[in-house]
Amino acid sequence: MLGRTANGLYWMFRYIERAENIARLVDAGLRVALTRAGSSDEDWHGVLESAGVREEYGQVHADMTAANAVDYLLRDTANPSSVMSCIEYGRNNARMVRTALTRETWEATNEAWIDLKARLSRPLRAADLPDLIDVIKRRCGLIRGAFHGSMLRNEIYNFSRIGTFIERADNTSRILDVKYYVLLPSISQVGSALDNFQWESILRSVSAHRSYGWVYDTEYQAANIADFLILKVQMPRSLAYCYEKIVSNLGYLEADYGERHKAHETAAAIKATLKRGSITDIMDQGLHEFLQDFISRNNQLSADISDGYRFYQ
Amino acid sequence: MLTAENHPRPPYKTYHEWYAAQDTAHLIRKTQDAENIFRRTGITFAVYGHADSAEKLIPFDIIPRIISAREWRKLAQGIEQRVLALNAFLDDIYHKQEIIRAGRIPRELIERNIAFLPEMIGFKPPGGVYTHIVGTDIVRTGEDQFYVLEDNARTPSGVSYMLENRETMMQMFPELFTLNKVQRVEDYPRLLRQSLACVAPPGCKGRPRVAVLTPGIYNSAYYEHSFLADQMGVELVEGSDLRVIDGRVKMRTTGGYEAIDVLYRRVDDDFLDPLTFRPESALGIPGIMDVYRAGNITIANAPGTGIADDKAIYSYMPEIVEFYTGRKALLENVPTWRCSEPASLKYVLEHIEELVIKEVHGSGGYGMLVGPTAAKKECEDFALKLAARPHNYIAQPTLALSTVPIFVNKGVAPRHVDLRPYVLVSDKVKIIPGGLTRVALKQGSLVVNSSQGGGTKDTWVLED
Repeated sequence: MLGRTANGLYWMFRYIERAENIARLVDAGLRVALTRAGSSDEDWHGVLESAGVREEYGQVHADMTAANAVDYLLRDTANPSSVMSCIEYGRNNARMVRTALTRETWEATNEAWIDLKARLSRPLRAADLPDLIDVIKRRCGLIRGAFHGSMLRNEIYNFSRIGTFIERADNTSRILDVKYYVLLPSISQVGSALDNFQWESILRSVSAHRSYGWVYDTEYQAANIADFLILKVQMPRSLAYCYEKIVSNLGYLEADYGERHKAHETAAAIKATLKRGSITDIMDQGLHEFLQDFISRNNQLSADISDGYRFYQ
Repeated sequence: MLTAENHPRPPYKTYHEWYAAQDTAHLIRKTQDAENIFRRTGITFAVYGHADSAEKLIPFDIIPRIISAREWRKLAQGIEQRVLALNAFLDDIYHKQEIIRAGRIPRELIERNIAFLPEMIGFKPPGGVYTHIVGTDIVRTGEDQFYVLEDNARTPSGVSYMLENRETMMQMFPELFTLNKVQRVEDYPRLLRQSLACVAPPGCKGRPRVAVLTPGIYNSAYYEHSFLADQMGVELVEGSDLRVIDGRVKMRTTGGYEAIDVLYRRVDDDFLDPLTFRPESALGIPGIMDVYRAGNITIANAPGTGIADDKAIYSYMPEIVEFYTGRKALLENVPTWRCSEPASLKYVLEHIEELVIKEVHGSGGYGMLVGPTAAKKECEDFALKLAARPHNYIAQPTLALSTVPIFVNKGVAPRHVDLRPYVLVSDKVKIIPGGLTRVALKQGSLVVNSSQGGGTKDTWVLED
């Protein structure tokens, strides 16, 4: 496969994953605004920060309002991480690698673009948001479904999956990092309404507010939430799960090409950290430091993959 | 579809009966369905210079154009003769130049032509083939009467529309294909691959590695490039994927650099090799011409083939066909005035409102004047341009083109069309039965180019 094609697949799936995750973040933000007495537009700071665009937002909008934040996150094409931008880049990459995609996967991607471009071309009304977010998640789900149902399990599949999971691990770790302080035992007032509410918002951002209850007590506990999103391999958006997948997909590539790269070592080392670690140790050493370190190692892996498989040269 | 006496022409007989039994509202819905299929599939093109550079759909008409087997055979013979003559002509002008020495074509017309590449002089491409893929633009003026408008010998586009139009028709009206015996066009990608593999460099061992070279996703024909690569099962490469290493053109893959044997390039000559042609080109591959001249890669179509479909050369095609095949051309040329010749220029300026005037190097319907439909002011302005640079133009009369029916909301209406059959040349010539029919959608209009609002329709060649 061409290095450029591997690069296109990797980024196509990173962008599709990001679009879905941004939609989830907005969803959680709206939920907060709905349910919390005395909630303020300031809550959107956290959402923008989780999306990694808080500073950029400040360059476009002087004040923080829910309407502006939602607009910036969903439809502003000046924001490279808005859902519209992600869908646009994702689809452009899909067009570039079209010969590597099944007709179903391409059409699901192209239709997502056609549909969302139409819906996001006009200013959003608050009343339409729940439906819109649902459509975004559904469109991304259709792409994923077409991909899983029709693609050969070969190098094309592996590069696509690696893109998905590197992006997802990045997103989950950012969501946690923005709210890391509400998970610290020393500061949090265990069981207070405020904490429950903050914790639920974290879980909602990764669509895990229900599944949490299936794994842990129905009572929210900071350490359990961190454990769930970092170390639990059963949880499909946890860092541990993402690295299970990345390491196995890289392993298939290694078997295919008969060649091992630096990327394999980097991924294996990150996976080992997640496997060895206990949540108590992580909390003791500092959750924020752990997450910062994880984000930078995850980025390093991305660079190692693009070097090893000649994405650019 | 109908004769002067209002009977359906023989090839349309079955279709006409079927059509008469259809409900107009149903057909309007089908037209909408077709548009949705094209949009979802992403069968789009970009119009250069358009403000939002949006991807556009080419309007699709649901009434097929139907050609009888007999009429097609006649046409195919004429096309084959013409394509063989084009290749012989290219071989000659890059070698012995007998046609010039015989005084049939002026030397300066060839050697001063920007489409003539001195780099090709004395070089024989693998298999001796120059134009591997040709799209001959043809118009019909009456029963068995065809004229060639243009020989597209560089990188003719539109074949993906021929294939998708058929696919769409079969999806929407499967019953029509049981009622009518329509010859297959679906084999085109397989035949193209065979044809390309067949002209691999002689040193190529094993199965030749074929790739399609595209300028990238912003090119107006990108859809077609990806479609053809996909259908042939070969890589779609850009200039940045390729590099000359150890005398071979190699592509950067995830496993390292791998050599390419045959490159079907959809990039113009000028951009192919920045070391030989335009130095600023980022679309090409530095050094590919050296690899080519050393016989280590086949480029299809060969560089320098543009000289054969140049509009100034076009007027000499009857002589060219006769010179190389020894027979009179089976297909007619449209009478052409070369404005570089003073007597012709005088005639053209005097009759500007009756003529179609084209730039010698233009394509895509840009920069042309259709006298009969142009405003007086347009004609006057064009006359000034023409007088200033006469050698840049040719002129042709408007032909009494036959029309075919298209579907409009009120039923059927006649429109002018042309036809571009696709021809593959390797050790033999293969002509795909059918081609791309382009329609001038505006009533009375003669311009069929998609960049100027033309549409397309499926083209059926019936079996005997």
